[in-house]
Amino acid sequence: MHAPRREGRRVRIPGDSNVSQSASAETPHIVVEDLHFRRGRKPIFDGLSLEVPRGRVTTVMGPSGSGKTTLLRLIGGQLRPDAGRILVDGEEIGRLSTRRLYAVRKRMGLLFQTGALLTDLSVFENVAFPLREHTELPEDILRTLVLMKLEAVGLRAARDMDPAELSGGMARRVALARALALDPELIMYDEPFTGLDPITMGQIVTLIRRTNHSLGLTSVLVSHDVNEAMSISDHVVLIAEGRAVDAGPPDALQARASDWSAQFLEGRPDGPVPFHYPGASYQDDLLDAGGRNHD
Amino acid sequence: MIDAIASVGRFSLDALAVLGRASMFLLRIFAALDAVVRRFGLTVWQVYSVGVRSVLIVVVAGLFVGMVLAYQGYITLVDFGAAEALGGVVALSLVRELGPVVTALLFAGRAGSALTAELGLMKTTEQLSAMEMMAVNPYRRVFAPRFVAGFLSMPLLAAMFSAVGVMGGYIVGVGLLGVDSGAYFSQMQAVTDWNEDVMSGVIKSIVFGFVVSWIAVFQGMDATPTSEGISRATTQTVVVSSLAVLGLDFILTGLMFGGN
Ligand SMILES: Nc1ncnc2c1ncn2[C@@H]1O[C@H](COP(=O)(O)OP(=O)(O)OP(=O)(O)O)[C@@H](O)[C@H]1O
Ligand SMILES: [Mg+2]
Repeated sequence: MHAPRREGRRVRIPGDSNVSQSASAETPHIVVEDLHFRRGRKPIFDGLSLEVPRGRVTTVMGPSGSGKTTLLRLIGGQLRPDAGRILVDGEEIGRLSTRRLYAVRKRMGLLFQTGALLTDLSVFENVAFPLREHTELPEDILRTLVLMKLEAVGLRAARDMDPAELSGGMARRVALARALALDPELIMYDEPFTGLDPITMGQIVTLIRRTNHSLGLTSVLVSHDVNEAMSISDHVVLIAEGRAVDAGPPDALQARASDWSAQFLEGRPDGPVPFHYPGASYQDDLLDAGGRNHD
Repeated sequence: MIDAIASVGRFSLDALAVLGRASMFLLRIFAALDAVVRRFGLTVWQVYSVGVRSVLIVVVAGLFVGMVLAYQGYITLVDFGAAEALGGVVALSLVRELGPVVTALLFAGRAGSALTAELGLMKTTEQLSAMEMMAVNPYRRVFAPRFVAGFLSMPLLAAMFSAVGVMGGYIVGVGLLGVDSGAYFSQMQAVTDWNEDVMSGVIKSIVFGFVVSWIAVFQGMDATPTSEGISRATTQTVVVSSLAVLGLDFILTGLMFGGN
C-alpha cells in the first residue's frame, strides 16, 4: 500500500528502496526485542523490549541515567547491542552493512539535545546540508525546499545567522528543520524540552505535534518532563533498571499507576527507584577513606 | 617495584592501543579517498584553510632563516676566502634540511593544532555524530579532505620556505655583505643537484606532510570529548608530530645521504 498523502512531497533519494511503504500501518515502526547493552561493566539495558507504533508520537520516559540517549543511539545504529534485536522497518539495525545502515538513516532524523548544528555553516546551509549531500537538486529548488523547512519552524528570517548566534530554543528548531529536510519517516527527539522557557517549550511541543500530524511520520521522544510528554504522546514507555516497566497510552498509564510509574509520574523521591547511583555503601566509603588517611 | 613494572606495562599497552586505532583510522581514510577525488572542491577549501593560512608564517620564517644562514655562512666561508660559495651553502642547507624540517614544525604548530582543535570540538559538540545520523560519513566528508589537504600543502609550503630563504640569503649576502650577485646564483646552480638535493628535500616534505596531517586529524578524532580533552589532544599533536618529524628526518637523512 502506498501512502497517497505523501506522494510528490518526498525527495527522491538515489538508492533509497522504500521498504516502509509496503509495510502496513499496523506493524510497529520500531521493535526492540530483549535488548542487552553494557558500558564497561555497567549494564544499561538488561532485557529491554518495546514497540513504537507507526505514525504516532511515542515517548520513552525514565530517570536520568536510565539509558534513554543510549537507546536512541542504538536505534540509530551508532552503538551495537550486545544481545537482542532492534528492528526498524523490519531491518535489524545491529546487523546491517554500513551501506544499508546509511540507507536506513536517510529515512530517520535524530535531534540531539544540543542541536548539534554544524558551526562552520550558516543556518541556511545547515538545513541544506543533508539535501546537498544526498540529492543533486538544482540550486533554486534546493533554496525553495530549505526556506519551506525554515518557515515551518518559524526561522526563515534567521537563515543567514551563524549557529553561534542562536539561542538554545532556536538552535533546536533549526536542528528540527534540518532533520526534516530529507522528509524522514521517523524522527527521534532527545530531551527536546530541557532548559527551555515555557513559551519556547510550548512552541516546540506544538511543532512536534504539528510535524507528526501533517507529515504523518513516526515520532520518538525521550524525556523526563512528565507533563509535556504526557500531553504530547499517543504512547508512553517507562524504562527503569534496563527494562521497560510499563507501556501504554498516557491516561491508561496514569490510571494504572503501578508502583514505579506512580513514583516517576508524581515525582516522589522515594520508591522503587533509588536516588543513589548504585555502589559501595556510604558507610563503607567513609570508613575506607578514613582508613587510607591514617596509613 | 611491582607498581613500576605494572605502569610500564600499562603505558606500553596504551601506546599500542593508540597505534592500533591510528592505523585503523588511516585505513578508513584510504578507503574514503575516492570521495576526495569525486568532490575535490571540499579538499581545495581545506587546502585554503590549512595551507594558505600557513603561508604567512612560513614565508616570514623562511626569510629570516635565509638571512641568518647567509650571515653564519659568510663568517665561516670568508676565513677560507670562499665567500662566493655562499649561494651554494644557503641553498643546500635550505633545500635539504631546513626547508622541510622547519616548515613541518611550523606546520604542526600552525595548521596541525588548528585541525586537531577543530575536529575535537566537532566531536565534543556532537557534530560528527549528527553527520553520521544524517547518513553522511565523516571519514568521507570531514577527515579525508583535511588529511589530503595537509598532505598536499606541506611540500608546497616547504618549497616556498626554501625559495624565500634563498632570497633572504641574497639580501644579506649580496646586499649587506657584498658577495658578488652573479657568483651567488652560479655557485648555487653548480652545487645543487636536482635528484640528490632537491628531490630528497621534496621526499622529506611529503613524508612530513603525511605524518603531521595523520597525527593532527587522528588526534582530533580520538580526543576525549571535553574541553580538557581537546586541549590535551592539541598539545599532543604539536609534541608528537614535532618529535616524529625530527626522528624521521634523522632516519631519512641517513637513508638518503648515509651511503656515500
Ligand atoms: N560514553 C560513555 N561511556 C561510558 N558510560 C556511558 C557513556 N555514555 C553514557 N554512559 C552511561 O550510560 C548510562 C546511560 O546514559 P544515557 O546518556 O543513555 O542516560 P539518559 O537516560 O539519557 O540520561 P539523561 O536523562 O540524564 O540524559 C549512564 O549511567 C552513563 O553513566
Ligand atoms: Mg540523555
